[in-house]
Amino acid sequence: METKNIVLVGVGGQGTITAAKLLTTGLMEAGFDVKMSEIHGMSQRGGSVSSLVRYGDNVQSPVIEIGSADIIVAFEKLEGLRSMEYLKPKGKMVVNDTEISPLSVVIGTNAYPEGILEEIKSKIDCRVMSASKMAEALGNNKVTNVILLGSVIKLMGLTEIDWESIISKNVKEKFIDINIKALHAGMDAA
Amino acid sequence: MKKLLTGNEAIARGAWEAGVKYATAYPGTPSTEILENVATYDEIVSEWAPNEKVALEAAAGACIGGVRSLCSMKHVGLNVAADPLFTFACLGVNAGAVVVTADEPGMFSSQNEQDNRNYARHAKVCMFEPSDSQEAKDMIKEAYTVSEEYDMPVLFRMTTRVCHSKSIVECQDRKEVADKPYEKDIKKYCPLPAFAKGMQVKLANNFKQLETYSNTTPFNYIEDNKSEIGIIGSGVAFRYAKEVYGDKASYLKIGFTYPLPMVKIAEFAKNKKTIYVFEENDPIMEKEIKAAGIACIGKEKLPTMGELTPDRIRKALLNEEVSTIQPNPEMILPRPPAFCAGCPHRGAFYELGRRKDLMIFSDIGCYSLGLMPPYNATDAMICMGASISGGHGVQKAFDIKGDYSKKVVSILGDSTFFHSGITSLMNVVYNKSNTLTIILDNRITGMTGHQQNPGTGFDLKGEEAPIIDIEAMVKACGVKELISIDPNNLEMMNDAIEWGLNVEGPAVIITRWPCVLKKLSNLDKDEFPSAFKNFCTVDVEKCVGCKKCLKSGCPALAFDTVNKKSGILKETCVGCGVCAQICPKQAIEVEAR
Repeated sequence: METKNIVLVGVGGQGTITAAKLLTTGLMEAGFDVKMSEIHGMSQRGGSVSSLVRYGDNVQSPVIEIGSADIIVAFEKLEGLRSMEYLKPKGKMVVNDTEISPLSVVIGTNAYPEGILEEIKSKIDCRVMSASKMAEALGNNKVTNVILLGSVIKLMGLTEIDWESIISKNVKEKFIDINIKALHAGMDAA
Repeated sequence: MKKLLTGNEAIARGAWEAGVKYATAYPGTPSTEILENVATYDEIVSEWAPNEKVALEAAAGACIGGVRSLCSMKHVGLNVAADPLFTFACLGVNAGAVVVTADEPGMFSSQNEQDNRNYARHAKVCMFEPSDSQEAKDMIKEAYTVSEEYDMPVLFRMTTRVCHSKSIVECQDRKEVADKPYEKDIKKYCPLPAFAKGMQVKLANNFKQLETYSNTTPFNYIEDNKSEIGIIGSGVAFRYAKEVYGDKASYLKIGFTYPLPMVKIAEFAKNKKTIYVFEENDPIMEKEIKAAGIACIGKEKLPTMGELTPDRIRKALLNEEVSTIQPNPEMILPRPPAFCAGCPHRGAFYELGRRKDLMIFSDIGCYSLGLMPPYNATDAMICMGASISGGHGVQKAFDIKGDYSKKVVSILGDSTFFHSGITSLMNVVYNKSNTLTIILDNRITGMTGHQQNPGTGFDLKGEEAPIIDIEAMVKACGVKELISIDPNNLEMMNDAIEWGLNVEGPAVIITRWPCVLKKLSNLDKDEFPSAFKNFCTVDVEKCVGCKKCLKSGCPALAFDTVNKKSGILKETCVGCGVCAQICPKQAIEVEAR
């Protein structure tokens, strides 16, 4: 099979790395060759972060080129807009409708751009999700990442993999139930 | 057993499987997780060293003492450790020794993009370069065999993409290797000139034999796809080349990259119409291949800076431009990193940034961000520890010129002070400088992700350790004027700066408050009982919308542009109270959570 490309983008601290870890673990256990790349370091301090996940029969490069992502999952809408150029012409984007202000907005130099979702929707196939609100409704906003993971799993046709078992083996026991609920909420909403 | 590992995790696993018993490092992106993962294996004594030179010397010592040793560092760390590396290469080893250098093509978290393959040539040590995690694990094991067989430390070049990419690794069990007896041998371990001359000859002979190894090792292999295009590649650049060319080219993959397998390269080049050399950063293999009279294409077409990613290869060699969907550029705001809400560096940089009479020489750590708005405080940075010594030089120049319009402030963190600030501070005292040094002691090595250091009370294994007292260290360097303060108290911070600028001779301010992301130890909880237990709220009746609080640059603040009032995100705020002290209308209250 042709190598598939998934890009997860967000802001440091939003849980993109954890979501990518669950995703790649599931893909490996399903028998795919998998590579994942991420850049950490200074970006942890509230900067833009991205995790690049590739899977297929034989994956060479760990990076995803611009114009080649099958799907982009944006944990924050400005980051979704910023990552748009990574998408294939017929690729899809899932955007969490959350807004996190960059420092220039916090200190009053710039205003957070208006109309981001409209801009994204006008150019690409995009699903807007209120994953952060859904997570709060489930009782813990930290599971936003697993809700978004659920939506990617659905959209990439990966629902056959035993994700409940992957979650059970990789999250702390007291958070297993809520994460499994989040996974299904994400799949259902996609 | 198959596992999905980063390159750094794979190195740790490989070292464990290879029977390594001693490992040491100073943290630095992208190498930090190597030792963090090594430390999870009970069989390996693992340590954070105060700097890379100390780490490399300790690893060399452990190897002389008779156990397999590992040390790792980021690329610029090897500059610090270069002195022992060069002579260690001449001495050779007893048990095997491997030095990992993690280079940063693309400079994601570094001040330069130096190519440490040059060090292999300069220090005369052989080199491995893996392209993914499986190779990282396999090569590190082979590196110990090579180190012992050819009597030299091995330099192991990683790059950010190999360090931080995950791929599937087939794991094995640890194989214990017999410790080597230690025997006194001054001709081997004491490089006095009389002995050192012999050591150089031995090193040259070992290199001759390594040329044969390089031509025969399976880590240098040909993948023949019957193509007229031949690609010679190393590291992740080889993977990028395969991504672009697939089976439309034949490949010579070089994993053992110094000395190069020149016989194999010549054999591969025969009958090829075009040879491309894929390597990130400097044209090192390319120059050596061209010098051997073999025509090839490299950096005349490919970039010498940044990563050699597939899209750049396509553009440079195939004239392929990828069509992309572009967002409206006017809507894209950059999102640079910033001090966290509750960061103890905020108070210092808020006060420093307000003054126009300072030349601020900063250092390597999270506080590098003090150069950014809204603080705009920093004037210069070079490398670890340079804040104090560089600042000393600037102050001397100002004094020589008789220019008293600005006074020098040197600023650095606790871990950086231990790394190489201490010798610089001695220089300040000894040479009668009058700079002000601010040591931002946040009780941890912050930027690289919270590693213990000699001041924190814990070691890499998480066990209690003696605390090296910064205050005592500063006094021992001969500094007479010293105060310790809470950096979240702006009045105290401002008074301290004013005091430090006006005393005769060198002065030191130590700010002491933990990093907001640190997992607080019991020691921290005793010393800072109120830390991160509060939050701030804005009284909208009192707020006049003057935006002065925004000058704190705190990401927990949110200005309501409709109602023209400040607001604070309760989930993000930890109640440090810096914004409350800035507010001229006392509209911000600190409350307990």
